[in-house]
Amino acid sequence: MTVDVLLAVENVSLRFGSVTAINNVSFDIRRGEIRAIIGPNGAGKTSMLNVINGFYQPREGRITFRGQTRSRMRPALAARQGIARTFQNVALFRGMSTLDNLMTGRTVHMRRGFGWQLLRHGPAMAEEIEHRRKVEEIIDFLEIEAIRRVPAGRLPYGLQKRVELGRALAMEPELLLLDEPMAGMNREEKEDMCRFILDVNQQFGTTIALIEHDMGVVMDLSHRVVVLDYGRKIADGTPDEVRRDQAVIDAYLGVAR
Amino acid sequence: MAASGTGHGTTGHLATVRGQTLDRGSTFPRLLLDNAARHGARPAYRHKDRGIWQTWTWAELVPIVRAYAAGLARLGLRRGDTCAIIGANRPRLYWTITAVQMLGGIPVPVYADSAADELAYVLAHADIRFAVAQDQEQVDKILSVAARLPVLEEVLYDEERGLRGYDHTHLHSLDRVIEDGSAALRSDPALNPWLDDQIAQGGPDDTCVILYTSGTTGRSKGVRFATGRAIRAGRDSVAFDRLTERDEVLAYLPLAWVGDHYLSYVQGMLAGFCIACPESQDTVRENLREIGPTYYFSSPRVFEAFLTDITVRMEDAGALKRWLYRTFIDIARHHGEAILDGRPVPFRARALYTLGERLVYGPLKNMLGFSRVRVAYTAGEAVGPDLFSFYRSIGMNLKQFYGQTEAFIVVTAQPDGEIRSDTVGRVMPNVDLRIAEDGEIQVRTPGQFTGYLKDPDRTAEALTADGFLRTGDAGFVDASQHLHIIDRARDVGRLTTGTLLAPKYIENKLKFYPNIREAVVFGHQRDMVTCFLNIDLTAVGNWAERNGVTYASYQELAMHDRVYDLLAGHVARVNRDLATEPAMAGAQIRRFLILPKELDADDGEITRTSKVRRGFIADRYDTLVTALYGGEREIDFTTEVTFEDGRRGAVAARIKIRDVAAAELVA
Repeated sequence: MTVDVLLAVENVSLRFGSVTAINNVSFDIRRGEIRAIIGPNGAGKTSMLNVINGFYQPREGRITFRGQTRSRMRPALAARQGIARTFQNVALFRGMSTLDNLMTGRTVHMRRGFGWQLLRHGPAMAEEIEHRRKVEEIIDFLEIEAIRRVPAGRLPYGLQKRVELGRALAMEPELLLLDEPMAGMNREEKEDMCRFILDVNQQFGTTIALIEHDMGVVMDLSHRVVVLDYGRKIADGTPDEVRRDQAVIDAYLGVAR
Repeated sequence: MAASGTGHGTTGHLATVRGQTLDRGSTFPRLLLDNAARHGARPAYRHKDRGIWQTWTWAELVPIVRAYAAGLARLGLRRGDTCAIIGANRPRLYWTITAVQMLGGIPVPVYADSAADELAYVLAHADIRFAVAQDQEQVDKILSVAARLPVLEEVLYDEERGLRGYDHTHLHSLDRVIEDGSAALRSDPALNPWLDDQIAQGGPDDTCVILYTSGTTGRSKGVRFATGRAIRAGRDSVAFDRLTERDEVLAYLPLAWVGDHYLSYVQGMLAGFCIACPESQDTVRENLREIGPTYYFSSPRVFEAFLTDITVRMEDAGALKRWLYRTFIDIARHHGEAILDGRPVPFRARALYTLGERLVYGPLKNMLGFSRVRVAYTAGEAVGPDLFSFYRSIGMNLKQFYGQTEAFIVVTAQPDGEIRSDTVGRVMPNVDLRIAEDGEIQVRTPGQFTGYLKDPDRTAEALTADGFLRTGDAGFVDASQHLHIIDRARDVGRLTTGTLLAPKYIENKLKFYPNIREAVVFGHQRDMVTCFLNIDLTAVGNWAERNGVTYASYQELAMHDRVYDLLAGHVARVNRDLATEPAMAGAQIRRFLILPKELDADDGEITRTSKVRRGFIADRYDTLVTALYGGEREIDFTTEVTFEDGRRGAVAARIKIRDVAAAELVA
């Protein structure tokens, strides 16, 4: 059986000085799946996302995205190739409206140069209209019509998270990296966010890799889970397999003596 | 839209219908065709979608609704079938109403926020075979109770999101049903005439809609309305306010509420005006500003919230703006209503008002979305005179009406130029109204319901032997032929002198004074009217500060002699007011006292929704009531209170009782 692998991580290691953040980790993300990366604090989850979108350069190992193995990657290049992400701590433009924040997500798709855009006429205008249409679809999708004109900084935290997801979606990514999308949310906000993530996956067919601490959420949402501990991979499989894995139980609960 | 271009022009359909010599506009589907023929290029519906207002004209609507009806027929919807409609105000849910009516089916709008259990009750009670839901949320709700709905066959939805993975054997996208109907109308030559025949079969006695009451008391009732009656009632009210196809409304109240069905759907069809649907429930105020409706309805509470919002924002504004606002609102208060009613006003005042319109009133109305409002209504509860005149004084034609679900809404309404905050207007044309012995208002209206579905007992209870509807409200008609609503009929009592006593009516009059927080009126089977008052700490505290009255506690302030003087003045004013109404003049307040503590929900004295529990209070303060009727001037009183943290304590006070003179009846 052939599996359609969108992104493969092979023997990746990442060190900061003498600290080994990621130690010889390999796993893959299949096209169309929701892949969770879990592990205790400091396990190297966020570092892993940072390696995938080119923010960090791994010391060793290879990353293959859409069949292309890369030697060097930068975040801007990753974005252009179709990798979008959200952050553990919301990173929106606080003074800009929801709408404008989402429009920045369209930057990677803008063809006309800066000069044309300043003119706001002709082809630049047509392009802007097209981008706005796309953004409005996302606003509708995420049900944030009422905050279209509200500066992001004035929004409650749960909505900021949603706007951040919106901005990532505006890039129309092939791979969406979500760093703790439900952190700090109440139960209702979490349920909403879960529904949006599932809908993104089903409706747009977007492949999603997410880091999350809420185990209930992870087990419900994801198709496959990879577990990291102290920078090493200790388990990889379906939620059920991972849940029963002794190494995972030990890592989370501590080893009984 | 999916179904444009079925190859049939509007006039073609009308000709077919005319060919069978039908009354024009005698059913809702025929009204749709009429509107398309009379002003096909005018907008019929708008909806803000993806940030842009989408518009459908009457002419564009006809092929869509025909295709939709054909699609529903192909799914098996037949004459007499009921079809539930569950969701927010969306054009396609309104079109569902017309499409179902076109086939002789009965639309049953259901409250979108009803819990699954309530939904199951209504769907089972109405024998629902078809259900049209707005989105996944509603579909999930229906599917979760599907086991209790043996006759439910097909479920349709408007928004596809999240539903793609569902089993679609009995689940259909509304888009696809319309497409399917449109394709069938093109390919099957017999289908168009069949549909015309369905439209032709519709008659005045068909049930055009079943609307469920919200069910605050017991199980909700399905109120049935007949086509002919609904249209007659709608025509009268459309003529009353001269509504035309040039008007526009924003449909934001629940689709399943009789008010929305009447004000949006029925009047919209009859006047041919445009129904704009907001983007979402959260964007209503923004959408209101964008659309600028010409015809508007809202509850007094909403108007109050708007005014509070304005007041708060003005407090935060700069000194110049505050001065402008205060100055011109003052001018409006003195002359605005007279100008609106076309009464004579001094030239200088008129000039200042015109300037105010430019500087203050215009921008204010624009901010609220009321710039184009020609007729606005409020109803449902008593409106404070200050609130009411505020909107009227800035040039908004705000009026009141009185209505009942079973009467198909409007019973009385205020004609332009005869507007007062304390009446609900004149009896509408073709409405019979009478006041029963016990003060209850009984009516017979052109739109009157044809009974509760499957509930002859409660139908009989709602009507008198000669077919008048018991409204359950008490009221009287004054010399100017305006109706006053005074209370719920069951709360109305009588003095031993035989005079009618409407406690809430008097309490509301008292509470319109900002200094009075609560009032409790007694007098049923007594020889005179007395009352308890609660001061409003903020308002009276403010007054005390300005008038050099010092106090250390709520109790001390409430018991202060000068506060008694202040409130005695208010009571005397209320008495003078009551004296102007022959029906009420005998029920003036003769004695009152001020309570040393605030009436509190924690003590069970008022409900959580701030309604006074008169019976409970009468029991609890029994000694005070006895004293009011016993002639004492002072009484020592101790009562228990519950503090905010749950501890209990006692309040002891010497309470004074004041006599108030009755005002002379003003003839």
